[in-house]
Amino acid sequence: MAATETHQAIETVFRIEQARLIAGLARMVRDVGLAEELAQDALVIALSEWPQTGVPKNPGAWLMAAAKRRAIDGFRRNRMLARKHAEIGRDLEDERDTGIEDIEAAMDDDVGDERLSLIFTACHPVLSTEARAALTLRLIGGLTTDEIARAFLSNEATIAQRIVRAKKTLGNAGLTFEVPRGKEREQRLASVLEVIYLIFNEGYSATAGEDLIRPAVCAEAQRLGRILAALAPDEPEVFGLLALMEIQASRLPARTAPDGAPMPLTEQNRARWDQLLIRRGLAALERAEALGGANGPYALQAALAACHARARKAEDTDWKRIAALYDSLSAVMPSPVVDLNRAVAYSMAFGPEAGLKLVDEIAQAAALRNYAPLPAAKGDFLFRAGRLAEARVQFERAAEFSRNERERAFLLGRAAACGGGPHCGTPAGQT
Amino acid sequence: MRVMVLVKATKDSEAGIMPSTELLEAMGKYNEELVNAGILLAGEGLHPSVKGKRVAFDGPSRTVIDGPFAETRELVAGFWLWQVKDMAEAVEWVKRCPNPMLGPSEIEIRPVFDMADFGDALTPEVAELHDRNREKAARR
Repeated sequence: MAATETHQAIETVFRIEQARLIAGLARMVRDVGLAEELAQDALVIALSEWPQTGVPKNPGAWLMAAAKRRAIDGFRRNRMLARKHAEIGRDLEDERDTGIEDIEAAMDDDVGDERLSLIFTACHPVLSTEARAALTLRLIGGLTTDEIARAFLSNEATIAQRIVRAKKTLGNAGLTFEVPRGKEREQRLASVLEVIYLIFNEGYSATAGEDLIRPAVCAEAQRLGRILAALAPDEPEVFGLLALMEIQASRLPARTAPDGAPMPLTEQNRARWDQLLIRRGLAALERAEALGGANGPYALQAALAACHARARKAEDTDWKRIAALYDSLSAVMPSPVVDLNRAVAYSMAFGPEAGLKLVDEIAQAAALRNYAPLPAAKGDFLFRAGRLAEARVQFERAAEFSRNERERAFLLGRAAACGGGPHCGTPAGQT
Repeated sequence: MRVMVLVKATKDSEAGIMPSTELLEAMGKYNEELVNAGILLAGEGLHPSVKGKRVAFDGPSRTVIDGPFAETRELVAGFWLWQVKDMAEAVEWVKRCPNPMLGPSEIEIRPVFDMADFGDALTPEVAELHDRNREKAARR
């Protein structure tokens, strides 16, 4: 095998094994940063040895053994240092002894949930959401710092620093590297799901012509979701999030027009929706519901996405069901944006008057004061109710608030249509 | 990227020799690894070609040919659909598969086409036709 080919094979093996490797090492040395360094050391050894010996039969075990030898060498070195510095005293020496015993015990101890523990650690609430996302992509996704920087429209130095700081914070936090249980598990899991969905949305918000790594992180988030589903098969919200991502990703091929303009959900060419992902999403949603999680925030959002996915044509959409799902969602995840979407659903299910009634209730919310979609939705309801002059005012107000040129042009177009002849409007929609 | 991973037939698979318990177990473990890694999207095993049929095309003529078919090594005995980062990752995962057959065998990896891969040959009109067809197929 040519040298470059071997190098590529080694790097691929490493990418596949990395998360398991770091997870096992982190449990052993109780430090994510050190674990990653040891894994990198093992990669360096592999890159120097495998071109001569060939890739071993069980490369994962080989890398783990190499990294563990490094860890034990490190502990021994530290113990020698400790001996030299007599002032540090006997206590520390005893500690180091148990350290080595721990490592040897851990080497024989095959713990299945190490990777789950690593995911929980990378998404630990002591870290900022951005730091959690970067660390998760680095440690579990195996993305390079450069790839993460490109995905988040940032630069490599910033991301590298963010990762270093995050590892330091985790190192100082005195973590146990156990999979959390009980009440704590619920909170920690919410933090994990939030990070995976943030990564997904980062990719989902990429527009045509951007660096291809951006849409690729959507696939990465889906993969993280699937891994998590395999590791935590009894958590309904894990399946809720997975369902939501699979169904939303099914629309990726349809959500932009050939000129790059975003296509509203109701106007997308549904033939382009990826039916394989829809089927997978619906299956994951079924699983979430079977586990008793139908009312989880992610499961509800997935159920909403599923209503659209099931409708072959926009006219077939079950808006009554969508309205009912928004009732539930606004109860478990109250937010003005959810309420606005609920108003849109009501207008589609029960007519524009129903939408107007709800939108007037939420217009008081301070959070939506300069939020263009609010007057845009109200304008649409008024337009459909035949109150054209009032609709025009709302569309113009929405255009004023809009920070996006394309959206502003669209809204001004709708305002103009209020003055002219009859025109079929479209509801403010998701893409 | 998506790849289709094709398990090629052998004399044994074509003869309808079923896999042993050991192989079924090893395959089960391997499939579990694929699921745990988040790459497995779909997969099925196929009956031997003796149960299959072919339709041969030549201009307007259509001839139905009953199985079994020759060229055993070119026949497909099973497939997976995977989501991987690149071909190198697909190759590495295939290397980890237990030999799916009793004797020597082959597994083939083929990247799945994206609509964008067809380039200019796929005019907007033809693309729309394909879209319509896929929509109908999805109605099942």
